Amino acid sequence: MDPMPSSAPTRSSGMTVIAALWAAATLVVLVIGFREAIFLVPTEATMGNLQRIFYYHVGHALWAMVFPYINCIASLAYLYWRRRDPLKALAADAWALAAAEVSILYVSIGLITGMMWARPIWGIWWTWDARLTTFLLLWLLYVSYLITRKFSSTGQGHTLAAVISVFAAIDVPITYMSISWWRTQHPSPVLRGDGQLDASFYPAFWWNLAGWGMWGLFLLGLRYGLERRRQRAEQEAALEAIEASLELTQ
Amino acid sequence: MIYLRHVLTHLKKDLRLEWRSRDSINGMLFFSLLVVVVFSLAFDPTGNPAMTRQITGGILWIALLFASVTALNQSWTREVRNAVLEAQRMAPAPPSALFVGKAVANLLFVTLVEVVLAPLFVIFYNLHVLGNAWLLLAVLPLGTWALVVNGTFFAALGLRTKNRELMLPLLLFPISVPALLAMVNATTGILTGELDPIQVNLWIRLLAGYDILFTTVCLLLFGTILNAE
Repeated sequence: MDPMPSSAPTRSSGMTVIAALWAAATLVVLVIGFREAIFLVPTEATMGNLQRIFYYHVGHALWAMVFPYINCIASLAYLYWRRRDPLKALAADAWALAAAEVSILYVSIGLITGMMWARPIWGIWWTWDARLTTFLLLWLLYVSYLITRKFSSTGQGHTLAAVISVFAAIDVPITYMSISWWRTQHPSPVLRGDGQLDASFYPAFWWNLAGWGMWGLFLLGLRYGLERRRQRAEQEAALEAIEASLELTQ
Repeated sequence: MIYLRHVLTHLKKDLRLEWRSRDSINGMLFFSLLVVVVFSLAFDPTGNPAMTRQITGGILWIALLFASVTALNQSWTREVRNAVLEAQRMAPAPPSALFVGKAVANLLFVTLVEVVLAPLFVIFYNLHVLGNAWLLLAVLPLGTWALVVNGTFFAALGLRTKNRELMLPLLLFPISVPALLAMVNATTGILTGELDPIQVNLWIRLLAGYDILFTTVCLLLFGTILNAE
């Protein structure tokens, strides 16, 4: 089944072992994080048990701000290598696509858990505050990104999507700044400043942060591998078509 | 200087094309007029002047945004007919000159629509401006340029995708969020007189920064999307 050259299968099976170990480690960390967050950490004074959603919300929301950077860097690398080194460019494009999809997943979970928390605490599902709006914009931009990829043929779709990624990277900070001048309701940063987290909550916070980060990286690697496989299959098909046409002319 | 001459040639070509057909200006004018009428039916602006001032800024920009989307798509589809775009790509002129020429032409078209639309607002919405009305002379061109420069770019980007008509709003609206926020807040602040000049100034500066930043990015990346294969 594997269409790769002879040296490739050993490397691929090595990667599979690493991926399986990584997934197992992720699962262990997530289980510890779950136990800490739900059973061990003390109940928060004013919000009660509702506050426990925070560990999942921040665990996703923080990483949701990291994956777009991977997407942006990969897109810039794609634009740089597009003419100079097409094979490297294809790899960069696979990273960009994987990062964009994981971004959408994490931003969606961050938005949903945030709303679930906001409804009982603020009394509203949603408010047009700087961080919420920026997050929603991030979601909209990456959905546009994926739609563009879907609507354009493979070759130029990569370039167009990479250009959109650059635009998104510029747009998001401006939105954040412009709305924080306007109004901000989201709680203050939890790691430093006014809203600082009490040390007794740290275990649940850090274990969940690490766990969801590892899970995100696992998904990223998995999606990258899948996209690489699709690219390779496409190349094989193109090669076969060329060979077939050569045989016909003989 | 040579670059400027290329831009002027492109601009003249676009203006002449528009002058001969008058498609996009007529379409935009009538479309924005309809938006204004529909909103005035929905909100009854003559009955409550205070509320009218609150919502007019938003309605004006929504009308312009929707109207410009209809025109921007047309401005590139013209180039597709008879493979003109392929000829443009082979021309020795820099690709960004083509972009600047078209963006400036679109700016002129949308500005013309604004000039017609402004008196209509005063008539249909019974509008009295309470703030410094002359500040609108800074907000309107800056806001229009923000819409037009990104709109021209994304219309070109969506040109070779399937569902090209759908692609432009999908890309333009999210990217324009900060600009829209600044335009609507500045305009509403001027109309109601509630925002003091320092705050209006802040929004205008944000808009100017947005314009400079995105114009630069569009110029840098236009060659890439024109030659995307």
